[in-house]
Amino acid sequence: MLFFTRWKAAAILLTALVVCLFALPNFFTEGMAKRFPALAQRHIVLGLDLQGGSHLLLQVDASAVRKERLQSLTDDVLRVLRQARIPFTGRAIVGNSVQVRITRDSDIETALAKLRELSTPMSGILGTSGQRTLDVNESGGLITLTPSDAAITERIRQSVDQSIQIIERRINELGTSEPTIQREGIDRILVQLPGVRDPSHVKELIGKTAKLDFRMVDLSMSAEQAEQTRPPPDSELLDGENGGKVLIEKRVLVSGGDLVDAQPGFDQRTSEPVVNFRFNSTGARRFAEATQANVGKPFAIVLDNKVISAPVIREPILGGSGQISGRFTVQQANDLAILLRAGALPAPLTIIEERTVGPGLGEDSIKAGMRASYAGAALVIIFMFVTYGLFGLFANIAVIINVAMIFGILSLLSATLTLPGIAGIVLTVGIAVDSNVLIYERIREEVRAGRSAINAIDAGFSRALATILDSNITTFIAAAVLFYIGTGPVRGFAVTLGIGILTSLFTAFTLTRLIVAYWVRLWRPRTVPI
Amino acid sequence: MRLLRIVPDNTRFDFMRFRRISFPVSALLSILAISLYFFHGLNFGIDFIGGTLMEVKAKAGPADLATMRSTLGTLNLGDFHLQEFGAPDDVLIRISEQPGGDEAQQQAVQRVQKALGNDFDYRRVEVVGPSVSTELLAYGTIGLVAAIGAILIYLWFRFEWQFALGAMIANVHDLVLTIGFMSVTGIDFDLTSIAALLTILGYSLNDTVVIYDRIREMLRRYKRMSMPDLLNVSINATLSRSIVTHLTVAISLLALLLFGGQAIHSFTATMMFGVVLVGTYTSVFIASPILIYLGVGTGRMGGAEEPEPEPEPQAAATPPQRARARR
Repeated sequence: MLFFTRWKAAAILLTALVVCLFALPNFFTEGMAKRFPALAQRHIVLGLDLQGGSHLLLQVDASAVRKERLQSLTDDVLRVLRQARIPFTGRAIVGNSVQVRITRDSDIETALAKLRELSTPMSGILGTSGQRTLDVNESGGLITLTPSDAAITERIRQSVDQSIQIIERRINELGTSEPTIQREGIDRILVQLPGVRDPSHVKELIGKTAKLDFRMVDLSMSAEQAEQTRPPPDSELLDGENGGKVLIEKRVLVSGGDLVDAQPGFDQRTSEPVVNFRFNSTGARRFAEATQANVGKPFAIVLDNKVISAPVIREPILGGSGQISGRFTVQQANDLAILLRAGALPAPLTIIEERTVGPGLGEDSIKAGMRASYAGAALVIIFMFVTYGLFGLFANIAVIINVAMIFGILSLLSATLTLPGIAGIVLTVGIAVDSNVLIYERIREEVRAGRSAINAIDAGFSRALATILDSNITTFIAAAVLFYIGTGPVRGFAVTLGIGILTSLFTAFTLTRLIVAYWVRLWRPRTVPI
Repeated sequence: MRLLRIVPDNTRFDFMRFRRISFPVSALLSILAISLYFFHGLNFGIDFIGGTLMEVKAKAGPADLATMRSTLGTLNLGDFHLQEFGAPDDVLIRISEQPGGDEAQQQAVQRVQKALGNDFDYRRVEVVGPSVSTELLAYGTIGLVAAIGAILIYLWFRFEWQFALGAMIANVHDLVLTIGFMSVTGIDFDLTSIAALLTILGYSLNDTVVIYDRIREMLRRYKRMSMPDLLNVSINATLSRSIVTHLTVAISLLALLLFGGQAIHSFTATMMFGVVLVGTYTSVFIASPILIYLGVGTGRMGGAEEPEPEPEPQAAATPPQRARARR
């Protein structure tokens, strides 16, 4: 137990040294850090509870995704049946499916075959998985098409990917430092904004779907009439700019997806804040057609199903650019321009969890954490020295290196340090000491039982190490479970606890033994000063 | 130098004598804790029942809780709760989950911010909607159960089944008492509390395993000693180590409790109770005697005996003679 070849000793010391060195980048300033290679630049990331900032968890509205899918499915059904010239009735969305009744029994087979073509196979991990996007069933002339759950999940997944890009673009315009935007699970997005103390502006930008459409106002009846009776089949009632309702055609003439640029500006005549926009060539063409065909009629600019402006077309707009005015403030015009440039979210996002910590609390937490760490470490070091004398000193050296190694590994992993994480490190000091205590108490026992100094030390180590392994593994299992189920600060605690256990196993098995072994070799003691 | 010996050498305290007291006492305390949980309940934090938590600091002077309460009362927020948090100008506002799903929680925050205006510095805002809170509660419970299961399996591999079961009963008893403690003190029960419970579990098992290891060794060495005597010998042998370790952990936790600030106060207080107070007691007075009741070491006649010769430690302290081997 006390024998170390020179190679082994060197390897242990080198490993410990290298790992500790990784902790150094945390003390560099930005300028110094850049002179080192990328691996050496990794440092600990302070959690939001220590540096202040905002953590937002967003969820994609699955029902909106489903609704949109069903809507486009009805349009597809219409197209397919019209092309095949099959008469039908009762095309409607019922629950989670689209239903359509085929008038002539003789057409049922053909209709079924054509509609089945709308369903495409889905690819799994190993090629086609046998799942299809649609389930098409028929009974008594009524054909039901249901999007499969797998297809909806796939769509949600795609929405999340798209949304992440769009959110990134929106947030980047605001200039927050190093935001983190990533997927969480199937339908959630995690947004972390370090240093942001008031996330309300960001929340506004993220909360808007920003779907922009240009449609014609339906003049066939007034909005009040439509409210009292029923709007015509191809129009709907939407909220207007002045609080009332406006009747708008459902058909979209040009969509915001064709916008190529949007910039805030000021109206030349009224000096009101406006947004100037430009279409791509497809959009420009459609816009030109629409405005040519409808001179003198009002057309509506619809943002997220709300009419923000309904100007009358005075002349055809052929240049593909225009202006949106809607009683904006400067801030609103700016925001709208950002939203239009970044693109519309494919589905609405809801904020389901928010944790914001102001910088004041962050600083206080760091100070408290540091104070507790120093106090705890000092007390433990004194206690160990008083209880075990010289060997206590050895244990203290091992524990100090242990903590340095924890920081080193945290830096290497670019792990996040949170306030509970600091508590975890303080606790690890207590646990690391336990390994040494086990060894020393065992040595004391062996001395009492009559062994010579060296044999007692040797026996102490060999007997204690199995126990140390067993007892640390149980705490490690608890830390592992906690890592898996925890989020944010709690996860930080699990990380430092887990790493702390691993490093304390390493130092107990190697460093402490090494120090004692060399002491034995140099001093050749007759008695153990323990 | 004279070293500190907290526990004298060669103690021979008869711990097992107390098992006829300790078991009923523990059973009683456990029942008490469980009934506290069901009747008094735990002070569930927003992590588990949803809602909003805001920590605000008055910019000028101590906070006027009464005025704040009446201002917030006009906002129609349902159940809300204000309390001082560490300093007279620091206030913790807790608003229960608003009906209307995740959106409603956000709106509630905005209304509060507008009502309180600029007199306050918003140190911390946490909003947990219904979707996330039900998940966290589920994960927390599953996590605890999974940890207990995983550790049980691990112990089964390393020791015999009676040891695994004994350790589990003792440590679940720890958790039960700690939950009772949290119920009585009304400490916030949130995700960090689950972290504390899991750490208490891991750490207390740590302790129990050390004693079991020694018991196992003693069982091999002394084939005829009666169980109560053997257990006493084992515990006495590990007593010094246990006390020293518990003291160091207590010191670390004390440092955290005194200097760590309000934010982790409930976390450290729970750990202090679970690890230091309860953990020590159960390792000695529950986990060990329970082995007798589980049938370990039946058939031991008792009486004095010579220990089996110990196996010599394997690695020699001197380097092997390499020079000779090379020839």
